[in-house]
Amino acid sequence: MSEYRIQGNTGAWEVVIGLEVHAQITSESKLFSGSSTGFGAEPNSHVSLVDAAMPGMLPVPNRECLRQAVRTGMAINAQINRWSRFDRKNYFYADLPQGYQISQLYHPIVGEGEIEVTLNEKDPDSPTKKIGIERIHVEQDAGKLMHDQHPTMSFVDLNRSGVALMEIVSRPDISSPQEAGAYLKKLRSILRYVGSCDGNMEQGSMRADVNVSVRKPGGELGTRTETKNVNSIRFMMQAIEYEAQRQVDLIESGGAVVQETRLFDPNKMETRSMRSKEDAHDYRYFPDPDLLPVELDDAFLEECRVSLPELPDAKRARYEAMGLTAYNAAVLTAEAETAFWFEDLLAQGVDAKQGSNWLMSELFGALNKMGKTLDESPVNPKQAAELLGLVADGTISGSIAKQVFEIMLETGQGASAIVEEKGLKQTNDTGAIEAEIAKIMAANEDKVAEYRSGKDKLFGFFVGQTMKAMQGKANPQIINDLLKKALG
Amino acid sequence: MSELTKLGVAAIRDGVAKGDFKAVEVAEALNARVSAAKALNAFIVETPEKAIEAAQAVDVDRAAGKPLGKMAGVPIGMKDLFCTEGVQTTAASHILEGFVPTYESTVSANLWKAGAGMLGKLNLDQFAMGSSNETSYFGNVISPWRRNDGSTAALAPGGSSGGSSSAIAARLCPAATGTDTGGSIRQPAAFVGISGIKPTYGRCSRWGVVAFASSLDQAGPMARDVRDCAIMLEAMAGFDPKDSTSLDLPVPTWEAGLNSDLKGKRIGIPKEYRLDGIDEDIAKMWDNGIAWLKDAGAEIVDISLPHTKYALPAYYIIAPAEASSNLARYDGVRFGLRDLPEGAGLQDMYAATRAAGFGEEVRRRIMIGTYVLSAGFYDAYYTQAQKVRALIARDFDNAWASCDLILAPTAPSAAFGLGEKNADPLSMYLNDVFAVPASLAGLPAMSVPGGLDKQGLPLGLQIIGKALDEQAVLNAGLAIEQRSGFTAEAGEWW
Repeated sequence: MSEYRIQGNTGAWEVVIGLEVHAQITSESKLFSGSSTGFGAEPNSHVSLVDAAMPGMLPVPNRECLRQAVRTGMAINAQINRWSRFDRKNYFYADLPQGYQISQLYHPIVGEGEIEVTLNEKDPDSPTKKIGIERIHVEQDAGKLMHDQHPTMSFVDLNRSGVALMEIVSRPDISSPQEAGAYLKKLRSILRYVGSCDGNMEQGSMRADVNVSVRKPGGELGTRTETKNVNSIRFMMQAIEYEAQRQVDLIESGGAVVQETRLFDPNKMETRSMRSKEDAHDYRYFPDPDLLPVELDDAFLEECRVSLPELPDAKRARYEAMGLTAYNAAVLTAEAETAFWFEDLLAQGVDAKQGSNWLMSELFGALNKMGKTLDESPVNPKQAAELLGLVADGTISGSIAKQVFEIMLETGQGASAIVEEKGLKQTNDTGAIEAEIAKIMAANEDKVAEYRSGKDKLFGFFVGQTMKAMQGKANPQIINDLLKKALG
Repeated sequence: MSELTKLGVAAIRDGVAKGDFKAVEVAEALNARVSAAKALNAFIVETPEKAIEAAQAVDVDRAAGKPLGKMAGVPIGMKDLFCTEGVQTTAASHILEGFVPTYESTVSANLWKAGAGMLGKLNLDQFAMGSSNETSYFGNVISPWRRNDGSTAALAPGGSSGGSSSAIAARLCPAATGTDTGGSIRQPAAFVGISGIKPTYGRCSRWGVVAFASSLDQAGPMARDVRDCAIMLEAMAGFDPKDSTSLDLPVPTWEAGLNSDLKGKRIGIPKEYRLDGIDEDIAKMWDNGIAWLKDAGAEIVDISLPHTKYALPAYYIIAPAEASSNLARYDGVRFGLRDLPEGAGLQDMYAATRAAGFGEEVRRRIMIGTYVLSAGFYDAYYTQAQKVRALIARDFDNAWASCDLILAPTAPSAAFGLGEKNADPLSMYLNDVFAVPASLAGLPAMSVPGGLDKQGLPLGLQIIGKALDEQAVLNAGLAIEQRSGFTAEAGEWW
């Protein structure tokens, strides 16, 4: 897609990137217990006996979490493994009550798939690239340590302990920070469409481990480092840029990249070593004997399949077929919330072109000014449809519609009520319009003469004056017709 | 000894139901007997008030004409591996000393629902790891049995359910729960001349049972005879949605199905169990068992279980591997012992807590398990052991083509003296040699008394059945019981 190169003293370097994205599965309860997954609760208020790993407690798989992983796999055209298994990843840490994380190493629930990304998803001409997905597996999240509660002790909050995660592992097919960003955005969009993860990186529902190595273009793969737990797309791109440059500098100054785990510091904009391969844990993976293998039958797979929504690429193609510009179709489908909003608008009977133009210019413009997201829009699709309906049936003009929309944003009133109350209905009264035209022509004899001598551009001036005289309420088509007749 | 303490499960249940005596009278008699037998060290905690409370509830129900449960009025001992709400549960370890669960294991809850009462929590090998009860943090249990040579040497009650076996043999309780990972119900039952059955893996819920090796652990009843085992197993078993490995099947009516007529049954005698240098008394008892089953109408067939010799090594890889992971939760962070040396960090706390909290045998198995799961050794040990396990299971599957049940000794010897074997872990592990194959295959297996050896000590006969066919196992056990004439009891020296 892009020829991203780092220019070093010894020439150009290519960057090879693979991402392991941890996405919190949208579900009411945890992967192996009935505790709530709600965010922001009091510490240790969503903890069952299982989550705290009390003696004799056993995990019971939450079918909904498996369903969401399978649906996600289907959305990226991945192989769904009808037989998968949970393994234990053993290590000691205070946020890991069992002393092991239940994960899937040997037999993940989802196998190979792919995601097509474009560098700029809003630009229909932007080149595309397929990023391979190696696997998606399901695993437990750990709890959280709090180091600022006590002078000498750390506290543990187990609310997140046992929450279901999908780990989505890409192939090392990504070759620039921009591609990595595009991949993560597209992945997040797909997860939101599917509804399997809210994609909220600030709340930690999605985070990425970034594997980076550098090599001379086309050469042997270099040694990679893994930068853990990057929690924003911007940080991830910065981390890749920094890390690739660091590796190039290191190699060119005679050093060697060490396989290690690193952390990204967004304040200093740098990565730093967390632990080297020598200190790496031996996780002693083995099949969890408390759990039976997961076997998926046809009925379950079919249920997952039919529950899948239309995905971004398909939706975009359909919008283009409906007559939307490629640009509009791309913008409307890039984010699930936009697409869902637009779908709601269409469901209210709004014309696709009228709706898309209004949404992208009027609504986005207004939200932008207010600093709000679409989710926070004071006007919902139903209210918008009412406004657009008034334009479509000629009750009000497009310019009046802008005024009405502003009032809607301020007051929350309905469009019809505003039009009624303020008397903004468009008039088709040709007599009244003709009278105004006559007045305007009389007051602007010089311009009439100029127009008649060939200065066609002045037509717009007369339209504007007439509309102004009619306080914007005249039907623009009628003004046009009458003016043409009057000006000759 | 009060007459009531001589009664078994069925006799107490029936006597209470008929009104021959009150449940409370039985509980009181047994409470007194338990508290007078401290020399055996069978109980870690005594709960006389729990036994009385349950008995009173049964008496009230009976007076009100309400239907009574399968175990109504029967006080039992609870192996201290089952979590009991409000009552300390330790797995006989220091690391869980003082741990009081806020929850009740499914199996114990089932028993209380059936009308049983709890006399106390029974001692065991620490985390159920051991064959002699010598690994308990709370001191070893002593068997009520003594050799017939006049010696007062303390004998092992077997393990890990040694508190259970000792208490039943000493008539401190008519029955007790056991758990069996690699023989922990059958071997102690054999050592003290009682019966015990490990049902098919998945029959009894593991929820609330402190885990040793999840793929092998299975709870079962220990009692004085086969009928009592059948009654208690019915009360313990049943599907539990909280245990993913629990079998979603109805619980058979094993007691009603008891029938010692074995016509049409084929009993397999595995040649691989006839080890070189097999104890003469064991061999003789085995021959007697064969004769008794033939007498009950069964046909005897020779069978081969060719991979038997690999069972013990495979078991001592798989069980420690699972244990090393299962016991990781005892880390001093959330419950149980915490040893936090001055200035210690998290890793130091783990090390100190676990070093102080686990006994030597538990530490040994954690280290074996950690080793066999580590990168570079996993395939050579764990994967290989799993393959062996599959072959062991296939051996049994093949055997079922020519037989319905298998008869073998339960253990290679009678009870040994305390301290005789604990210097050499390997000779201790060899005690499980006949018990482990059925555990690896998840099959139901039972030990019933088969006679006494030259020293006057009990020996056990083991019956192994097809998966889910506990009934056939119990029936064969009953046939042996009716013919063995085993009435020997330990003399009361304590």
